[in-house]
Amino acid sequence: MKDNAVLELHNIHKSFPGVKALNGVEFTLRKGEIHALMGENGAGKSTLIKVLTGVYTKDEGEILLEGHEGPVSIKSPQDAQHVGISTVYQEITLCPNLSVAENMYIGRSDDILQNWKKMNEGAGKMLESLDIPAKPTQQLGTCSIAVQQMVAIARAVDMDCKVLILDEPTSSLDDQEVQKLFKLMRDLKERGVGIIFVTHFLDQVYEVCDRITVLRDGKFEGEYEIKDLPRVELVSKMLGKELDDLSDIKGDSEVKVISDGDIPVFEVQGLSSTSGIKPFDFHIGKGEVNGFTGLLGSGRSECVRAIFGADKVISGKVIKNGKEIKIQKPIDAMKNGIGYLPEDRKIDGIVGDLSVKDNIILALQVMKGFFKPFTKAEAYAFADEYIKLLGIKTASADTPIKSLSGGNQQKCILARWLLTHPDYLILDEPTRGIDVGTKVDIQKLVLKLASEGMSITFISSETDEMLRTCSRMVVMRDRKVVGELSGDDLNQTKIMSTIAGGEA
Amino acid sequence: MSNTKKMSISDIFGKLFRNQIFVPIAAMLILLIFNLIADPSFFRITLGYNSAGNPVLSGYLMTVLDCGSELAILAIGMTLVTAASGGQDISVGAGIAIAGSALLRVLCGNNTRPETLNAPIIVAFLVSVLVAMCFGAFNGCLVAFFKIQPMVATLILYTAGRSIAAWINNNELPIVSDATFSYIGGFIPGIPIPTPFFIAAACLLIIALVLKFTNLGLYTQAVGINESSSRLNGLNPTFIKWLSFVILGICVAVAALIKVSRLSSINYSVIAKDIEMDAILAVALGGNALSGGKFNMWASVMGAFVIQLLTTTLYKFNVQSDALPAYKAVVVILLVVFSSPVVREKMAQISKKMKSRKEAA
Repeated sequence: MKDNAVLELHNIHKSFPGVKALNGVEFTLRKGEIHALMGENGAGKSTLIKVLTGVYTKDEGEILLEGHEGPVSIKSPQDAQHVGISTVYQEITLCPNLSVAENMYIGRSDDILQNWKKMNEGAGKMLESLDIPAKPTQQLGTCSIAVQQMVAIARAVDMDCKVLILDEPTSSLDDQEVQKLFKLMRDLKERGVGIIFVTHFLDQVYEVCDRITVLRDGKFEGEYEIKDLPRVELVSKMLGKELDDLSDIKGDSEVKVISDGDIPVFEVQGLSSTSGIKPFDFHIGKGEVNGFTGLLGSGRSECVRAIFGADKVISGKVIKNGKEIKIQKPIDAMKNGIGYLPEDRKIDGIVGDLSVKDNIILALQVMKGFFKPFTKAEAYAFADEYIKLLGIKTASADTPIKSLSGGNQQKCILARWLLTHPDYLILDEPTRGIDVGTKVDIQKLVLKLASEGMSITFISSETDEMLRTCSRMVVMRDRKVVGELSGDDLNQTKIMSTIAGGEA
Repeated sequence: MSNTKKMSISDIFGKLFRNQIFVPIAAMLILLIFNLIADPSFFRITLGYNSAGNPVLSGYLMTVLDCGSELAILAIGMTLVTAASGGQDISVGAGIAIAGSALLRVLCGNNTRPETLNAPIIVAFLVSVLVAMCFGAFNGCLVAFFKIQPMVATLILYTAGRSIAAWINNNELPIVSDATFSYIGGFIPGIPIPTPFFIAAACLLIIALVLKFTNLGLYTQAVGINESSSRLNGLNPTFIKWLSFVILGICVAVAALIKVSRLSSINYSVIAKDIEMDAILAVALGGNALSGGKFNMWASVMGAFVIQLLTTTLYKFNVQSDALPAYKAVVVILLVVFSSPVVREKMAQISKKMKSRKEAA
C-alpha cells in the first residue's frame, strides 16, 4: 500500500447483464482527506460505492485496507462495517420514530440487555464532541434533515470507521445546513478519517475536498489534486469532451418577455392550496421561460403543485387564454395542456417496476383513455423516438426504469411529458441529482422548446441555472410571493437580497 | 431475431429461471412426472355415462380441470386486487356463501323445495353478481377510501359473511331439483367435458380481452407500484383499487354459481371454506409479489391449477382428507421456497456459471 493510504482499490471490475458498470477502476484514499468521487450519471460511482460497502460483490480486482494483510473480502454491508467502512446515503436510513441515541446504537450491541443510561451518555458525548445540535433522548424525526444526516454520520464515526462514504449527503440541505455538514466533515478529517464524498455540486467539491477521482463510463479517468484541476477541466474530464461554454447557451435563442398587451397563455389569480401557501398571482406567456425561486421550503414547489392540481386547491382561479378553467385534479390540468415534472423523482415521478416504455407513454395513455390502449407497435415507436431524442441510456425499452441511473430516469419523465405535447410545462427541479452533462442538455432543451412556443416554468435550487434559462423569476419567502424580477434585475445579488428581504 | 440460434442451452435455462411463469409450469411438470412414475393410471381418461345417461369423460386429469376452475376464476380477481392494493381479500369464501345464498333465494323464492324454478337461472345469476359486486364495492371502499389494510378490511366479511348468507335464506337450506341448474356444475348433455371448465375458459378469455383492449393492466400496475406518481399522471388510484375489488366480486359470483350448482344446494358453514387461502396461494405460486405492483395473470391461473393438481394427486394416493392440509403444506413450502427471488437468482447464477465454464473449456 502507498504511504498514508487507508484504502486502496485496484482494477475493480463489475458487470451487470448487458452493461459493464466498472472496468478496471483504481481508487486510493489517504488518511485525513476528503476525496471527491466524480462522474456523470452511469459513470459507475454508485456501483463502486456499492462494491465497497458489500451491496454488490465485485467480479474482479482487490480491495486493500490499512491494518489488514492482503486483500480484504467484503461480501455484505456487515463485513464493510466490521472492517471500518461506513456509509451515509442520500436518503436517511435511520428510524425516525426512535430516539437519537437509539439510532446511534441500534444493532450494534451483542448483549441482550441494553444499558440505557450508558447509551444515552455515550451518545451525548459523541454529539457534543462533534458539535451536533441534538439531544440523545430526542426523537430523531423531530430533528431537521440536516441534523438527521449528522446523526447518521455520528453513528458511523462512533463505529470506529476509518473510511466514511457520504453519498450525495447535501442534496436535500439548504446552504446553511450544508455549511454545518462541512464543518463536521472537516472535524472528522482532523481526526484522521478518510472521507469519500459523492456529489453533483461542483461548488461543494471545490469548497471542501482535497482530491478528486473522476470516473467515466465505468473507467478510471484520473486522480487529481483539487488545486491542479480547474472546474472547466473537471467538467470536461467527466464528459470526456470539451464543454461548450455554459454561459453561452442562452445566447443563440431569442428570449421572450411578455409585453403588456398580450394575453398570457396561463394566468393564475389568488390561487392557494391545502399545502399552506398564501394566495398568489402568476402568469406566463407563449414561449416564455420563467421560474420560482426561494429557499427550500419557501413554497416554490407548492405553487406549481397548486397550478397542476396536485394539491387540493382551496381558492383562486386559473385562466387559460383568457377563459377560466377548472383544475381540481392532475388529469384536469393535463387535459388543459399542462405537464408537470415533479420535484421528487422517486416518490412522485417514476413508476419503478414498470419498463421505460410504459413510463414514457403513461401520461399520454391516461389522457387517451382507459378503453383506448396504444398498440404495442405505437408504444414502442413513442418510446424509441424519445429514447433517441433525449439520448436516454437504457439497455432496451423494456428495462425497468428503476435500474436506470438518476439522470436517465429524469429524462424518461421528461419524455413522458414531452410526449403529451403540453402548452405549458412545469419542471420542478429537473436537474436535481443529475450530472453536469445532462443538466446542460436539459437547460438547452428548455430553451429550444420555448423557442418553439412552449411556455415553461423552470424551478431549480441552483440559481445560476435559472439565471441562464429564465427571463422572469418569481421570488418566494415563507410560502408567500415576495417579488418578481426580470430584465436587468435578474442577477444573483438582486435575487439574494429579495429572498433575504432586504429592499436593496 | 438473428441471434436466437446462438443462444446456448444454459442461456435459455437462465432466461427461463428468471421468467415468472416458469415456477408454476415447472411445479406442474414435476407433479405430472411424479404421477407418471408413481402410477401412470393418473393419466387415464375414460368415456363413461353418468347417472342421467349422458356421456362424460372421467379421470384424474378431468377432475383437475373441473375442480380447478373455480380457483382459476378466483385467481383472476385476486391477482388484480393484490396488484392494485398490495393486499389480499380474505372474504372470498364467505363471499361465495353470500352470492350462492342469494342465487338460491332468487331461484327458490320462499319455498325451500320448489318443483319448478321461481326465476330463470340467468336472472338469479345476475342478481348474485350484483350482490357480489356490492360487497366487493364495500370491501373496496374500506381499502381505497378509508385506506384500511386489505386483510383487516376484508376480515369483516370473512367473519360476518357466512351468517349473512344464512340470513338471506332464513337459515334454511333450499334444494334445487331442476336438472338444467345442475348442468352448470356438471355436464351439459352430449358434451363430455365438465361445464366449469368452459366457464373458466370463458372468464379467462374475457380477462384476456379486457387486458388487451383496455388499460386495466397498465393502470393497476402503475397504482400498485407507485400510487403518488400515478396520481400525478392523471390516474385515480382510489377508483382503480376500488375497481379491482368489484372485479373480484364478479369472479366470486361466478365461482359461487359453479359451487352451488355442484351441490344443487348450499351449506353455509362449509361451502368454499378456506378457498381464499388457495386463491392467494395461486397468486403467490404464480410468482406475483403479494405486496402488489407488477403481475402476470397467466402465472396466477397456472398456479391455481397447480394447487388443484396437487390436491387431486394427494387424494389419488389415498391421503386421508383430514391429513390432506399437512401434506399440502409440505409441498407448498417447497414450491414457495423454490419460487422465491432468492432461489431463482441463485439458479440464474448457477446457469451463468455453467455457461462461463463451458466457454472456458
